[in-house]
Amino acid sequence: MATALQTSTVDLAARFPNKAAADTRPGFTGFIVNKENLIEVATAVRDEFGYDLLTAVTAVDYIAENKMEVVYHAYKTTGGPGLTFKVQAERVDPIEVPSLINIWAGADFQEREAWDLYGIKFTGHPDLRRILMWEGYEGHPLRKDWKEPFFEEEVKPFKSRWPEGKHTFAEQKNPYRDNLNFPKDFDPENFVVEKEEDLYASLERHTTKDIEGNMKTDHIVVNMGPHHPSTHGVLRVAVTLDGETIIGLKPVMGYLHRNHDKIGERNTYLQNIPYTDRLDYFNSMSNNFGYVTTVEKLMKIPVAERAEYIRVIMAELSRVQNHLIFIGMLMNDLGTMYTPSLYAFEERELILDIFEAVSGARMMCNYYRFGGVVRDIPDDVLQKIKDLVLERIPAKTDEMERFLNENEILVARLKGIHVLNAEDAIKFSVTGPVLRASGVPYDIRRADPYSIYDRFDFDVAVRHNGDMMDNYLIRFDEIRQSLRILEQAIKQMPQGPINSQKPAYQVRVPAGEAYGRIESPKGELGFYLVSNGKPNPYRYHVRPASFVNLTAVETMCKGAKIADFVALLAMLDIVMGELDR
Amino acid sequence: MYGKGLLKSLKVTWDRFWDTYTEDISWMLRGKKRYNTVEGVAHRSSKNTRGIFTVQYPEEQLIQPEESRFIPFLVFNEGADGKKEVLCTSCGICAKVCPPQCIWIVRSNDPVTGRPVPEPTEFYIDADICMNCGFCAEYCPFDAIKMDHDFAIASYGRNIYNMQKLLKPSSYYESIRPQNFKIEEEARKAKEAAKAAKAEAAASAPAA
Ligand code: SF4
Ligand code: SF4
Repeated sequence: MATALQTSTVDLAARFPNKAAADTRPGFTGFIVNKENLIEVATAVRDEFGYDLLTAVTAVDYIAENKMEVVYHAYKTTGGPGLTFKVQAERVDPIEVPSLINIWAGADFQEREAWDLYGIKFTGHPDLRRILMWEGYEGHPLRKDWKEPFFEEEVKPFKSRWPEGKHTFAEQKNPYRDNLNFPKDFDPENFVVEKEEDLYASLERHTTKDIEGNMKTDHIVVNMGPHHPSTHGVLRVAVTLDGETIIGLKPVMGYLHRNHDKIGERNTYLQNIPYTDRLDYFNSMSNNFGYVTTVEKLMKIPVAERAEYIRVIMAELSRVQNHLIFIGMLMNDLGTMYTPSLYAFEERELILDIFEAVSGARMMCNYYRFGGVVRDIPDDVLQKIKDLVLERIPAKTDEMERFLNENEILVARLKGIHVLNAEDAIKFSVTGPVLRASGVPYDIRRADPYSIYDRFDFDVAVRHNGDMMDNYLIRFDEIRQSLRILEQAIKQMPQGPINSQKPAYQVRVPAGEAYGRIESPKGELGFYLVSNGKPNPYRYHVRPASFVNLTAVETMCKGAKIADFVALLAMLDIVMGELDR
Repeated sequence: MYGKGLLKSLKVTWDRFWDTYTEDISWMLRGKKRYNTVEGVAHRSSKNTRGIFTVQYPEEQLIQPEESRFIPFLVFNEGADGKKEVLCTSCGICAKVCPPQCIWIVRSNDPVTGRPVPEPTEFYIDADICMNCGFCAEYCPFDAIKMDHDFAIASYGRNIYNMQKLLKPSSYYESIRPQNFKIEEEARKAKEAAKAAKAEAAASAPAA
């Protein structure tokens, strides 16, 4: 079995007897590390075994066993399979687990998320505030005993729908006829968000004196957003400024939070596919891809040959349009209002036409199924894909480069403005184009190939300066490589069935866990699933690229000018649907 | 030379600007209409599109592909003397598969026999909650529920669609999804033929 082989390369249990043990639950892999020895083992995982990239940190609530488990997935930036290790803690508050922030700084936001949603205290975390819910919120919503407003039943399908289904408005069940479930004595009129001071206290501040040392300058705190046109959605950023220079910065998120994970645990496996569309809503095809590959891993089913090619074609088309939009929107953020972005939108619209023709929707595609895809590509659509991939998009990409690359104003805004160096990028678990633009040739399609990416001939786009110009140019490189993959995929695509399974609305998923990841246009998109053999996932976790990449934003922006902040943020290519989940 | 890049940029915008006129004029010279015609819209979403790209909704509309999907509807066959033969058998699969659980079906029992009657007594779809995923149409074993093409359904109120609102004739289904309709009809006919052949074989077997 592939997963068993993967972990056998590193045996933590042999290296750390009595401190770590192999996870022997059926269907599970990796190692369970003693809580007391976590720091020691994790340091060895990074320094001795070379797993420098901690991609996913999440928790699982095993309420029946009265245990909380924190799951870590570490990878090597040189490629190859990953290492999974876990710690378990008794499920009695306060649940404490040592923080790994000093080993992998990328654990920062993910640990805060686990604290927020599971109530696990990461000791040693310097800024353990809530991250998706607001300060002052009570409870930890991903715990198995927490129930959301409008709660009906533990899992779907709800029994009330059939055969006695009388329609009731969900909102009528709520005393405020609103979307919220308030505590009994709650007065919405007089509610003030508590503990906002914590946020401001977490910002770095220091006083400076002028050269003679007699005039002190004060720092000011500026809140950008949540309603700010350049934050790409409802993201708020609290910044401390010294004049125009950023000296401290904290993103505040969660304005679009809907607890995607919890919804996913109530859903059946199939019902989750359209929900993943709503994560990164620019790339629903990639999201579907990540989710179905993970479930297929758990189910151990093959994918129909033709469907593999269709999947790759759709995912790469999605990457092309994502990067075009990235370029267009970056220009908007730099002040080139609308002309470049509308040029980009033209090509995107043509690609969305294809998505609509095959899947039925332009953005919420819901196209992938376990074992294949939902329907074949009609001949006329295949012709259109060929036309775009072979003729139009290469020409338009060239035009876009002619249009922008040498433009002096653009060059002045982008060149030499530092984003991230390789060391920091790895430390902060940054993945995707931003990591590659800082000189690390790490692309999951190559490093740990999934689907059929090992069959294609393409280069991993990489640039070495780590400045904004490289971050911008690498998108063009990636479009070109995607077009190469597309060309080969179209040529090699065989005839045949498009699904290896019979259509079934209830799938059987054996008990176990799986972490599946793909190279989404924005970075590593991972799904962590735990199945207990029932029709609904026991644990459904999304590891979104935007969210984890944002961990590095403070480091990226410190010392930069506030005017560049907007463009630096644009480099991360965040999408709030995915970031807030 | 400083400014060369700027000029290059301007050349691209100029070319694009120029294209809008040459494109319009070339259509005119060929005696064709680029705007407000299906041909014009189709050209604007093809690989050769140049010049003005915008489709002026609502005067013009993008060409909807057959698979395009919005809120589902229930299909009925027009029987003799205008009777609506509802295809749905209230099996409940669509209600079970629906991700946001926005389908409510009331199945009733025959007062005499106590057995469930196939046709649903009531059928609701909460159109405000429906996420247009298409699962109901995909997994319905009787081809009784299909996705619509009608997207202009914005309204101020809460939209609960009942049977009356949901039922649409199969001729409408055929008009929006001709290819799917054809495939399904053929499958149905083949199935019926197979059934008939089987029945015939069974009838003739003892005689032989
Ligand atoms: S529409 Fe189809 S799936 Fe739904 S209850 Fe009727 S027959 Fe069953
Ligand atoms: S389209 Fe999807 S969400 Fe809408 S009723 Fe059908 S199954 Fe439910």
